[in-house]
Amino acid sequence: MKATVIVTLKPTVLDPQGLTIHRNLETAGISGVSEVRQGKHFDVEVGDDLGEADRKALVERLARDVLTNPVIENYRIIWE
Amino acid sequence: MKFGVVIFPGSNCDHDCYYAMGSVLGQPVEFIWHQETSLDGFDAVILPGGFAYGDYLRTGAIARFSPVMEALNGFAKSGALVIGICNGFQILMEAGLLPGALLPNVGMKYVCRWLHLRTESVATPFSSGMKEGQLLSIPIGHGEGNFYADDDTVRRLEDQDQVVFRYVDARGKATDSANPNGSLNNIAGIVNESRNVLGMMPHPDRSSEQMLGSEDGRLIFESMVTALSHA
Repeated sequence: MKATVIVTLKPTVLDPQGLTIHRNLETAGISGVSEVRQGKHFDVEVGDDLGEADRKALVERLARDVLTNPVIENYRIIWE
Repeated sequence: MKFGVVIFPGSNCDHDCYYAMGSVLGQPVEFIWHQETSLDGFDAVILPGGFAYGDYLRTGAIARFSPVMEALNGFAKSGALVIGICNGFQILMEAGLLPGALLPNVGMKYVCRWLHLRTESVATPFSSGMKEGQLLSIPIGHGEGNFYADDDTVRRLEDQDQVVFRYVDARGKATDSANPNGSLNNIAGIVNESRNVLGMMPHPDRSSEQMLGSEDGRLIFESMVTALSHA
């Protein structure tokens, strides 16, 4: 089973990467974009031998305890 | 009195800290491999700078799961002294031993240079040897040192005198241009509420003797030695 974990900065947290990308968009000939915020995308594969509840719990734990710093980030999980 | 310097895979200031404690200050010091599960016999532990586990996910994100960190958690709770320098500061935050987080520097540049710190609090075992407001010349070298915490946490840190060092200009003013990374309130170093855990981005280990350009960093290590000799 595959899952995607999307990690984004909380709306209140400054995003130096997004700001830098946004500032340089004109160089790429793109105008009209008012904001860019960068996040992380993780494709995760978990064993089919696990039951659905265990799979969900495992990916939830991975996303919450490892992939995300709760001080600055939020996450969401998308199952395929 | 015995100091310990933790080595994570990817630490690269471990020998600098070992040298500063052992050769410059003449204190007993030992390396601690990150797989160790006990810190018995140590009075103070240094988490050195570097790139623990490569820092690929986030700085300190994987290092906090090292076996030594569970021991360090108990060690810190017992009131023993812990200092995290640069990557060590990032690890202490990921481990929840200090509040806040360290974001990528504003401007996205890795900044490696000498700068001035102002001593904001001398009421810690890491700064008792300075005078309040004393300026220190200490270098930084990091890409992710942009201190962030929510408004309530920053207010609490300020109100409870937990901000120990601030980035300032040569005249001691905490201006925007003296802020190398975008840190809130120019914060360069903080202690926990119990004041026995310090995290700081600048490197006292790289400024502990005149030959390196400054010996101001030594005041931090000397304060620790003083605190432990009175303990």
